[in-house]
Amino acid sequence: MNEFDQMYREVILDHYKNPRGHGTLDDADAQADGQNPLCGDEVSIYVAFGDDGETIDEVKFSGRGCAISQAATSMLTEMVQGRKATDVATLDKDELLEEIGIPLTPVRLKCAMLGLTTLKVALHKAKGTPLPSGLAGFDDLELS
Amino acid sequence: MAVTADSKTFNAHAIRADFPIFEQLIHGKPLAFLDSAASSQKPRQMMEAMTTFYETSYANVHRGVYVLAERATAALEGSREKVRALVNAPDAREIIFVRNATEAINLVAYAWGMSNLGPGDIVIVSELEHHSNFVPWQYVAGRTGAQMRMLPLTEEGELDLSALDALAAGGNVKVVATNQVSNSIGTINPIEKLVAWAHEHGAIFVCDAAQSAPHLAIDVQALGVDFLAISGHKLCGPSGIGALWGRGELLLAMEPFLTGGHMISSVRLEKTTWGELPHKFEAGTAPMAEAVGLAAAIDYLQAVGLDAIAAHEHELAEYALGRLGELPGITLYGPPADRRAGIVSFNVEGIHPHDVAQILDMQGVAIRAGHHCCQPLMQKLGVAATNRASFYLYTVREEIDQLVEGLHTVQKVFA
Repeated sequence: MNEFDQMYREVILDHYKNPRGHGTLDDADAQADGQNPLCGDEVSIYVAFGDDGETIDEVKFSGRGCAISQAATSMLTEMVQGRKATDVATLDKDELLEEIGIPLTPVRLKCAMLGLTTLKVALHKAKGTPLPSGLAGFDDLELS
Repeated sequence: MAVTADSKTFNAHAIRADFPIFEQLIHGKPLAFLDSAASSQKPRQMMEAMTTFYETSYANVHRGVYVLAERATAALEGSREKVRALVNAPDAREIIFVRNATEAINLVAYAWGMSNLGPGDIVIVSELEHHSNFVPWQYVAGRTGAQMRMLPLTEEGELDLSALDALAAGGNVKVVATNQVSNSIGTINPIEKLVAWAHEHGAIFVCDAAQSAPHLAIDVQALGVDFLAISGHKLCGPSGIGALWGRGELLLAMEPFLTGGHMISSVRLEKTTWGELPHKFEAGTAPMAEAVGLAAAIDYLQAVGLDAIAAHEHELAEYALGRLGELPGITLYGPPADRRAGIVSFNVEGIHPHDVAQILDMQGVAIRAGHHCCQPLMQKLGVAATNRASFYLYTVREEIDQLVEGLHTVQKVFA
C-alpha cells in the first residue's frame, strides 16, 4: 500500500482524526468562514490575539471536509500560534505545503489551502492585512 | 453503421472494444470508468465520423453554393433529423442546436421566460435539479419578479407529487421544470404526471433530459412536454453540442436568445427581422463537425438499442446496490433499483468523498465525488457531498467489483 501511504501519511490521518485546535472561540478577535465551492467543504476560523493585539494567542477551527483540508487546517493552527498577524498574512503557502508533505493535484491543493486562505481573510477583516491574492482557485472565496 | 453488438446480442465487453479509452492502464490498473453521468466515453465510430467530415466535407454551412458547402449543410441538417428521430419530435425545424443542455434551458428561461413571466407568476423546479435547471430559473424569476418554488422529495429520493397543489397557492404557475432522470441519485421521474398537472394549471413543462436521453428511449409527443434539453457529450457524442426541442408554436412566438449572423431574415439600419425556425435560435456558425459526431453517436446507440442499454444499466445498478450493501458503514442514497437509472450515490462512514475518490483513483477506479452540481439536493440529504458511481453501455460488472475492492482499501487506509 505504498502509494496510499504516500498520499495519506500517518501524520495526515492523525491530524484528521485528532484535529488540533478544533472548536470555536466565543469572543474571537478575528473570524472568517471559508468554503470550497468545488466540493462544498467548509472551514470557520477563530483567532484570539495576545495583549499586544498582534500576536496570535489562540486559533480554533470548525467545519467539515476531506482529510486533506481538515488535516492541513489542524497543522496550520499549530504553525501560526505565537506569530504576528502581519507575518501570517504573508505566510507563504509552501511553508504549509512542506508541513503537509504530500504531492497534491491542483484540485487537492485547493483543499489544502482552504484553512490558510480563510485565516488570511479573518486577519484581513480584523487587522486590514493584505488579502490572499493569487492563491489558486480562491478568487471566489465567499467572504462573510 | 458497424457496431460490435446489437440489441439481440447485447454484450458490454464487445461494446467496450469500440471505446479506445479503455486500451490503457491507469496507475498500472485497468480503468474502471464509473463517471459516465458526468460525461460518457466515445466510440471510435463517432470520432471517425468527425474526422471524415473534416477531411472530406468541411466548409461553412447554408450559404455556400459549392460542393463542400452543400455536403456540410446536408451533414448538419442530417444530424438535426437524427436528433428529431431520437426524441420523436414532430418536425426537425423544432430541433435547435446549442452547446449543451444548460444552454438549452437558458434559451427557454430567457427567450420564453423574459416575455412571459412577471410578478404573481410561479416557476416550480424540484429539489432534484442539476444547477442547469435551477439557476437559470432562479435568475430569470429574479429578473422578472416571478417566484420560484421547490417541489420537495420523499424520504426515498423521489418527487413528492402530493405537494404540487400547495405550491400553486396564491399565484399563477407558469413553468414546471424538472429532469427526467436525476444525475445525482438516479431517480426516474414521472414526467407524464408532472406534465398533466402543469398543463391543468396552464403552465409549460420544461424537461431536462441530459441524464435520460443517453439511457432511455424518449418520445416528446408521448411525454407531452413543451421543451426538452439534451447534451451530446453524455450520449457518446462530442462535447460542445446539445439540442433543445421545443413545441413549434411556442418557438415561433418566442423572441430570439442570441442574435447575430445566420439567425436573421433581413438586416436594415432601422430594423432586423428574424429567420425561420430553427435558424432564429442558431446565431453564428453552427457546431458542424460536432453535429456530425452527434449523429454518429445516435446511430451507434440506436444500433445497440436504447431499450437494451436501459436494461443493462438497470442490471448494473441492482448489482452495485447489492455489492455496496455488503460493505460496512455505507449509506446509499436514492430510490430502490427498480425505480432508478444506472447511478448509485453513496457515502462511506467517517471518510469524505474526496478521500474516497482519491484512493480509488490510485486503484484505477474513476468515480465522482462532490455535490454533482446539485447543492440544493445535498442540503436536503444533509451532506456536503457524496460519492457517485454511474454506468453506461460499456460498463461491465468487473468494474463494480473493482470499485468494491477499492472501497475495502479505502476503509483500510482510514482504519
